Amino acid sequence: MRLSSALSTKIRSCLSANSRILLWIPALIFLLSTFFFPLSKILALTFNFSTLTDLDNLLIARNSLLFTFYQAILSTLLTFVLGLPSAVLFSKFNFPGKSLLRALTAVPFMLPTVVVAAAFNSLLGERGLLATTFDLRLSTFDLQPSIFNFLLILAAHTFYNTSIVIRIVGNAISRLDPKLEASARSLGADTFHVWKDVIFPILRPSLLAAALLVFMFDFTSFGVILLLGGSQFATLEVEIYIRALQLPNLNLAALLSVIQLMFTLIFSILYSRTINQVQTQTAPRFSTARPPKTIQEKLFVTTLCLLLSAFFLLPLLSLPIRSLTRLEADRGQRDQVQYGFTADYYEELFINRRGSLFYVPPVQAALNSLGFAVITVILSLALGYPAAYALAKPTRLEKILDPFLMLPLGASAVMMGLGFILSFGRLIASPFFIPIAHTLIALPFVIRTLQPALASIPERLRQVASTLGASPFRVWQTVDLPILSRATLSAATFAFTVSLGEFGATLLITRPEYPTIPIAISRFLSQPGGLNYGQAMAMATVLMLLTTLSILLIEKLRFNNAGEL
Amino acid sequence: MTKPPSAFRLLLIAFCLLLSACAPQGPTTLTVMTHDSFAISEEVVVAFEQANNADVVFLQSGDAGAMLNKAILAKDAPLADVMFGVDNTFLSRALEADIFEPYQSPALNDISAEFVLDPSYRALPVDYGDVCINYDKKYFAENNLAVPQSFEDLAKPEYNGLLVVENPATSSPGLAFMLATRAYFGDGFLDYWKSLKDNGVVVADGWETAYYTNFSASSGQGPQPMVVSYASSPAAEVFFASEPLTESPTASIVASGMCFRQIEFVGILKNGQNRDLAEKFIDFMLGKQFQEDMPLNMFVYPVNQTAQLPEVFTKYAQVAEQPASITYDDIATNRDVWIEAWVDVMK
Amino acid sequence: MLELRNVVKSYEGKPLLTDISFTVAEGETVCLLGASGSGKSTILRMIAGLDFPERGAILLNNLDLAGTPPHLRDFGLVFQDYGLFPHLNVFDNIAFGLRMKSIKHKGHEVHKGEIDRRVYELLEQVNLVGFDSRKVTDLSGGEQQRVALARALAPSPRLLMFDEPLGALDRSLKEDLLNEIRGILHKTKIPAIYVTHDQEEAFTIADRILVLHEGTIIRDAAPSEIWRDPQFAAVAKLLGIGNIIEAEMILENKVKTVFGTFNLNCVKNAGEKLQLLIQQPPSLSGERRGGEVIEQIQLTVEDILFKQDQFQVKARGAVLSESKGGLVIHMKEAPKVGDVITVQVQVKCLS
Repeated sequence: MRLSSALSTKIRSCLSANSRILLWIPALIFLLSTFFFPLSKILALTFNFSTLTDLDNLLIARNSLLFTFYQAILSTLLTFVLGLPSAVLFSKFNFPGKSLLRALTAVPFMLPTVVVAAAFNSLLGERGLLATTFDLRLSTFDLQPSIFNFLLILAAHTFYNTSIVIRIVGNAISRLDPKLEASARSLGADTFHVWKDVIFPILRPSLLAAALLVFMFDFTSFGVILLLGGSQFATLEVEIYIRALQLPNLNLAALLSVIQLMFTLIFSILYSRTINQVQTQTAPRFSTARPPKTIQEKLFVTTLCLLLSAFFLLPLLSLPIRSLTRLEADRGQRDQVQYGFTADYYEELFINRRGSLFYVPPVQAALNSLGFAVITVILSLALGYPAAYALAKPTRLEKILDPFLMLPLGASAVMMGLGFILSFGRLIASPFFIPIAHTLIALPFVIRTLQPALASIPERLRQVASTLGASPFRVWQTVDLPILSRATLSAATFAFTVSLGEFGATLLITRPEYPTIPIAISRFLSQPGGLNYGQAMAMATVLMLLTTLSILLIEKLRFNNAGEL
Repeated sequence: MTKPPSAFRLLLIAFCLLLSACAPQGPTTLTVMTHDSFAISEEVVVAFEQANNADVVFLQSGDAGAMLNKAILAKDAPLADVMFGVDNTFLSRALEADIFEPYQSPALNDISAEFVLDPSYRALPVDYGDVCINYDKKYFAENNLAVPQSFEDLAKPEYNGLLVVENPATSSPGLAFMLATRAYFGDGFLDYWKSLKDNGVVVADGWETAYYTNFSASSGQGPQPMVVSYASSPAAEVFFASEPLTESPTASIVASGMCFRQIEFVGILKNGQNRDLAEKFIDFMLGKQFQEDMPLNMFVYPVNQTAQLPEVFTKYAQVAEQPASITYDDIATNRDVWIEAWVDVMK
Repeated sequence: MLELRNVVKSYEGKPLLTDISFTVAEGETVCLLGASGSGKSTILRMIAGLDFPERGAILLNNLDLAGTPPHLRDFGLVFQDYGLFPHLNVFDNIAFGLRMKSIKHKGHEVHKGEIDRRVYELLEQVNLVGFDSRKVTDLSGGEQQRVALARALAPSPRLLMFDEPLGALDRSLKEDLLNEIRGILHKTKIPAIYVTHDQEEAFTIADRILVLHEGTIIRDAAPSEIWRDPQFAAVAKLLGIGNIIEAEMILENKVKTVFGTFNLNCVKNAGEKLQLLIQQPPSLSGERRGGEVIEQIQLTVEDILFKQDQFQVKARGAVLSESKGGLVIHMKEAPKVGDVITVQVQVKCLS
């Protein structure tokens, strides 16, 4: 037995000497083959320095860059205005319906843009729920259409990304030692200075992480801008899409992609610099959340709950309501508004009325979506864990490589899609490609979530475990894993949601044999008719329920685990 | 310590990818690239597969523009054998890029010559549809408003804010409608769009948004009672109604010159692997069975004169009698310039 | 002078503090003892203004503090796990309160030179000279607690509160730091409330000890007074004073125990059960008070432990051999296991 433990120590020390590069290899190979290779291939074909001498091109690049920054900064700010108080709400207070409300804030992240637009419309539209039941119409505010559209973009970005702030910053707040605030207060700091001088500086890495992620999603926003904005709002990504696929000017598209990548790289470098400066806090021993006590606290909780419900619950609820509402009578005789309830749309989901080859059975779509999501979670965790281990105590080289991990988040999906075609040809039609593309986007976040948690594990815990006779695997299983379960679940949630929401769907060429729920929704919405619309809403409701349930389940797992820690 | 399983998994995936790459595609597999709106009945495809001992795989590759650009990019190693869905607004680009092989299908005999735009038979017509303004019948009846009968009418103050169109830079019906105005006004079409803009025309970026978010007669119940859609949309409204309807809630404005006829083409991709099967598939697409199945799946009209239209089409769908006339050569030369100018005007 | 008047507080619907009243005078160090979960920390939080009494009042120099937010109270807090700001170095942690003071009193800003001087003075006071630019997360537990102490002292608070400050430290560090705290408190004359469950700490540092039990302060007296007469079983148990034994009142002046029957009037009715405190008298020449008697009991020795200058002997009653509880006594000479010894003890009533 002594021999075997000596042997395992030897193996361990060997590993620590040479394993660093081994740890890198899976993620590196993956990124090189599925990201850098296709990207370099398409850019090599299309990027041309002569593009830089064309004034028109430069003008387009400048304008779209400015607008991209403008809307991304405003959207990020707005997301934080709502997200920060919400993060405080969810991490500091307990109130009835908390986990449901939290799950609801995360649902939009996974909904296709078309559905979100439909949800907003069925709530706010001329004949939406607010107009028909409360006689509340947006048109009464008499906004200019362009301003209205811009506000819609900002609102939709906030709608989508608030959950990122809640998840990242909320976790950090709940890890905060409440004694720090007590100390600061007793030392003479008022609420403002408690936040400014203590809480904010300590939360800085997580605030930055959340801000960066929100900003990157806003910066590369595509569907929201196209659907809700209209032609006058062209971000870099929209401009790339138009130039690459609609008005063919691949050289300009390549220029814009390079600009977008460069900025993404700059943000990533800034981010990894700052996150390395600040130490991570240790995990909490128990949840510090409690029911609101003072009048101010009760007012805060009530107001924010109402606000969040109005902002998230109403649009989301309007979907299931729509999916159960018969509208024909209303369309025929508008003066007599009649809303009949019906389950027709759900029944119709199960019928292949035209015997179409492209009919999507709802159960199969749900299973496909879930299956791809599970593979994405497994794949991104399997690739992310070793890389996060290596990055937990980075060498100089790894510090330089680190920001490049974030690049896939900032790459133009359109250009990547073209790069895939150039690099993999017919292979990209394989169903394998779906989880691979999803993993590409989930991986940076998975690594980012695991890395600080891994760095926070005291080495002596591992040493204690190995002196007690634990093999390296047992050490990982008994020491690292329990401590990491929170971070792992949060990483898994992200990978899962990225996949369910079909991020980067533009990368892909789809096979009708493997439909997912978002694909089913867009199929229904591509043809006129009340039944199509109703079925799209029904399918969206299914997606919503599926995601809400998944999130509730993950939350439950998380809290059970937190209790064990 | 997750290393062994992850590496293993990666290897497994790499292996599978490799396997599917190297494995022969099998002589009976035919890959057809289409846009995302393509649809067909299963039994029709099965009939073809059985008759030809083939396996047909469809690849949906985005909208028509995205699909075409992907095909052009993959020209040397095509993703598919056959590509369907290039329309007459994109045809010139496809022909210039030279991605198709010529094939003079015998089925062309049943197809009116007006649809055969490519004299060298690289792209063969499959279906057509008219892009027209659809209107909310109820709205016009209730407000005692006359339905506009010309482009000029649309700029009148009584129609202020009542029309939603799609952006031609991102939407194919949007482009079609813009081309109709170009055909009608000539170079003055930009001035016309200025007057439309002043009259509160709403621009959406895709058909889905315009139809389901903005249009008042759709289930989305939007604010605009007029939308740029297809002349077959009223039929779809009846066919896909959640309760049986005797009358469509919408109708199309088919006045002379106000519609643009979109024709969709199919072609055999160069460097493809199954020329024989590809030819058979094209014959099949132009044949009666496929052509009769198309209308209810894609809400388009068959180009094959022998194909019977379903009842819902003959009853509720309208056909433009004099669609806007603009040659595809003209489109080929000026398409991008017009779009850019339009975007500038509408900013 | 700090005064708590009939303070009431419940926790998650259950009464936690039912009636708390006590005072802390100028320059006085008061120890608050209680079992864990008894509400000691809650009392501190309420004094600091971080929590609010449901009823009753907290006054400083006869002024009700109810309207004063924590940051205007000028009270220092020291926690068991330090609560140091992880993003600030040692210097900035200590300077935090001074900077806040400077912000609060517009027009009377504390100048940078003044802050520097005060911080270095404190570093010297807590024996951390040269630590000013160190990261607090790199310090040992004892060093961190010194920083926490210096941080609390820096703005010259009107009251210092310690919440089990030495709980996480090892024994020798504990003693050193305890003496330092004592010295500093004596020198600065800052009134202090010191929460602990460690009797040694309490006896070392307290001018007065308060014992919190079941929501109220059941004992409030000087350490020597408490040691001599804990009065309550809970107090004796908490402070580890003497032996507590079960007894029964058999007559008005007689109490029956397994160690024999004693003449004692415990203000109970005949037949009632009660608890007695059995202590060895500090010196037999000491004065005797009412309610306590010197008795001789016979014990059988069961176990002997060497304790430096004396022996700690565990023994059980020799008269009733089936008796359950044993006693712990101290002896100058070591007996043998099995010996029957006769010991003089003080017996007191407990309530």
